[in-house]
Amino acid sequence: MQEFLTDAAQFMPILLRGLGVTLLLTFGALVTSIVLGLLWVLMGYSRFAPLRWFSRAVINIIRGIPIIVQLFCIYFVLPEWGIDLPPFAAGVLGLGLAYSVYQAENFRGGLTSVDRNLIEAGTSLGMPWSVLMRRVVLPLGIPAALPSLGNTTIMLLKDSSIASTITIAELTRAGQLLAISTFENGTVYLLIALLYLAASLPMAAGVRVLERRFARR
Amino acid sequence: MIRLRHVRKSFGACAVLRDVSFDIAAGEVACLIGPSGSGKSTILRCVNGLESHDGGSIEVDNVLVTPRSLPQIRSAVSMVFQRFNLFPHRTALENVIEGPVHVLRRPIAEAREHAMALLEKVGMADHADALPRQLSGGQQQRVGIARALAMEPRAILLDEPTSALDPERVGEVLEVIRGLAEGGMTMIVVTHEIAFAREAADSILFVDGGTIAEQGPANEFLANPKTERTRLFLRRVRHTL
Repeated sequence: MQEFLTDAAQFMPILLRGLGVTLLLTFGALVTSIVLGLLWVLMGYSRFAPLRWFSRAVINIIRGIPIIVQLFCIYFVLPEWGIDLPPFAAGVLGLGLAYSVYQAENFRGGLTSVDRNLIEAGTSLGMPWSVLMRRVVLPLGIPAALPSLGNTTIMLLKDSSIASTITIAELTRAGQLLAISTFENGTVYLLIALLYLAASLPMAAGVRVLERRFARR
Repeated sequence: MIRLRHVRKSFGACAVLRDVSFDIAAGEVACLIGPSGSGKSTILRCVNGLESHDGGSIEVDNVLVTPRSLPQIRSAVSMVFQRFNLFPHRTALENVIEGPVHVLRRPIAEAREHAMALLEKVGMADHADALPRQLSGGQQQRVGIARALAMEPRAILLDEPTSALDPERVGEVLEVIRGLAEGGMTMIVVTHEIAFAREAADSILFVDGGTIAEQGPANEFLANPKTERTRLFLRRVRHTL
């Protein structure tokens, strides 16, 4: 125990720096995934059929490819076409893109939960599509999507470890390097697990609060 | 002012409207009565373009209802719903100014002033800042009527405006509708309230099996129904009330 604590104290600064990168990466990818996810879902609701097809195709393609392969494509393949992204940007973009399809499904779930009668009320007031979306569907549908959005965020936090494969020194990679150089596998991976938990448990609590708030309505 | 000619509408294989024709003059209050499933609500929804009709023609103020004319039609004809359909995330006042501000592009201050006057008119000025869920059904429906009026429509379509209300709340809503009738508003009201129809309606249209089975001035219609089917229906409705 004594030894564990001294080791932990020694490893902690490195791992905490890794956790910082993990959180930044998660946040960046979250924002990207929300923006793209909203874009896919709004395209999916468009009256213009090719936009709907495009949205459907993007969702099916991205959903069907493993995240690690998508990251490799962005980090290793794009440079061959002259698009050379630094590792962190590639990670944010790759994770954001991969998760945008789950966000789109979250939003779609929220938007389809909006009472059809309210959409009719807006329509009968003469609201065009854009106003209907902005004033009725999104304000009601996005809150309804928040609990599942919270769950997706927790999954994203954990899946950000995949970015360790494209040289980003986030928590998992920082730990791997530490474990290789110290041979203290047990201590290091236990600490990594605890740090992921320390980040995700508050999120889970946040999701529960959201769920309770929206169950009351 | 509102003119239907041979309007037909099917949902899949189910023909809801078979051949509906009638005229509503400006300032007229017409009640649509009839058994449930006879197509009353569908008629209103076709006039407002919430449903497209399959055949025949609908005109509002000499403008044909087509997909292209819908914005124009909807600015001329407001709708009041059975289940109120107030926006749950907006206060009574916000519900009322929603159309004027975001569809008609009126300045907010002007829209608020007008909306407060309308809420006053329906007796809801004291609840301007209440959310729909804090209001009773009757109060919500009165806000719904104010919201319809805020569009300054040429006519209002009311789809069973009191059917979802507790019996003791029906009166307050009918009171408001009666006030509008006296003010000369053109209205088509789908209703089961025969007493209200007798009192406030100029004409009654009996809808049955997707057509107008009988129509006439309210008093005459109720005192002296021409067909056996109408007589039967009236007797049954009066019985249950």
